[in-house]
Parts: sequence; C-alpha cells; structure tokens
Amino acid sequence: MPNPKRRHSKARTSTRRAHDHLTAPGLSNCPNCHEPKLPHRVCPHCGHYKGKQVVDSKEA
Amino acid sequence: MRHRAAHRKLGRTSSHRLALLRNLATALFDKERIRTTLPKAKELRPWAEKLITLAKREDGRVHARRLVSRDVQDAAVAKKLFDTLAPRFASRPGGYTRILKLGARKGDGAEMAIIELIGSEFQPGKKEAAKKEAEKPAKEEAKAADKPAKADKPKAEKKAKADKPAKAEAKPKAEKKPATRKKKADAAE
Repeated sequence: MPNPKRRHSKARTSTRRAHDHLTAPGLSNCPNCHEPKLPHRVCPHCGHYKGKQVVDSKEA
Repeated sequence: MRHRAAHRKLGRTSSHRLALLRNLATALFDKERIRTTLPKAKELRPWAEKLITLAKREDGRVHARRLVSRDVQDAAVAKKLFDTLAPRFASRPGGYTRILKLGARKGDGAEMAIIELIGSEFQPGKKEAAKKEAEKPAKEEAKAADKPAKADKPKAEKKAKADKPAKAEAKPKAEKKPATRKKKADAAE
C-alpha cells in the first residue's frame, strides 16, 4: 500500500484549511417589518413582497 | 455536458413527470394559487401557460378543447379554463402566472414557491371573512343555549342583560362588513 513519505506539518494543514469557512447568507431587512429576510423572497415574518402583502403572515 | 437539456427531470420517469405536470396544472386552474416547490413551479409555468394560450384559440374551439382535455382531465376545470380563464387573459400576450419564492421548507430544505394566476393574488382578510361567516351562526347558537342556563344566578343575569343589547347591536354590523367585502372581492375577480 502507498504511504506518505514525509510528515505533514501543522502549517501545511492550516494553510490548506485557510479557505475552509462558511459564508453568511446575504440577508437584507424587510422594508415592511424590518426583520431580516432573504433577497428575492417573500418575507417569512410579515408575508410582504414588493410592497404588497402576498401571503398570509401565518402561512409564510 | 448539459447542452440543450431544457427541462428538469424532477426525479421522475417521463410518464410520472407528465402526470405530475397535469395534476399541478389542473390544481392551478382550479385553485388559481398553489404552493409547491420552486423547481416544480418553474417547470409548471411554461407548461400551464401553453394550455391557457390553447384555450384562448378562437378558431377550431372543439379541437382546442380536445387538446386541452388530454392534459386537464377534470371536465369541470377544463370548462372553467375555457369559460372564465381564457376570456380573462384574452388581452394578455402570455405571462399569465406569477411565481413567488417563499424560502426553504423545514424538513428537507426544499425551496418553496407559490404559483398564481395573474389577478388571483392574495387578498388580506378574504379568508378570515369567509371563516368568520362560517363560524358566526354556530357561535350564536351556542351563546343562545348558554344564556338561559346562566340566568339562574342573579349576577349572571345582570351581566347577560347588560351584554345582550350591546352584542345584538355589534353583531349585525360585524356580519354585514365581511359579507360586502367578499362580494367586492368576488366582483374584482
């Protein structure tokens, strides 16, 4: 079986992992209720979209 | 490569997929506003709009009806498509539906959406008014049954007397308003 010839240093490991991270969702604030919401989606809090109530706030 | 692959398979065989689209389209024409996953809504949109365009055809109505009834197999819904929806969209050159994104569903994280016919948008209070109307007669009967029972106690009697005229005045007004609103909403549709 093939095996590593050399030990992997801590620096190598952490360099590889430098770009491993989660990205935060691009939330914006609902213009109606000011709760955070995803862009291009109906506000899950108040059911408004593009200045109108488009779904029942309970069902959203 | 996904060159020239225009449609989603939706994890179904072609016959299953066709049946799904037919069911979704029938539900959309029936309810005018349905909630489904975003990929299904996006697949349904062009498919359902082609049926509406077909229903708008003026020449050869019988032929168009037969073509539509292949896909909309509920006769009542097919009739509605020709008699109410086609005239409604007569002056609109396509684009009969709207998709609203709702965000991820709990459970499997699927992106949900509402697909609605233009002109069948959500009206705040419409559902509630309908519910109130359905509930009110039942509530009044229940109250009427309660009152004689309470009248045995002197305190309850006083309260009932004080409450009765006020409630009696308030109720007819409250009943009338949702009813007129609903009529307006129906007329607008």
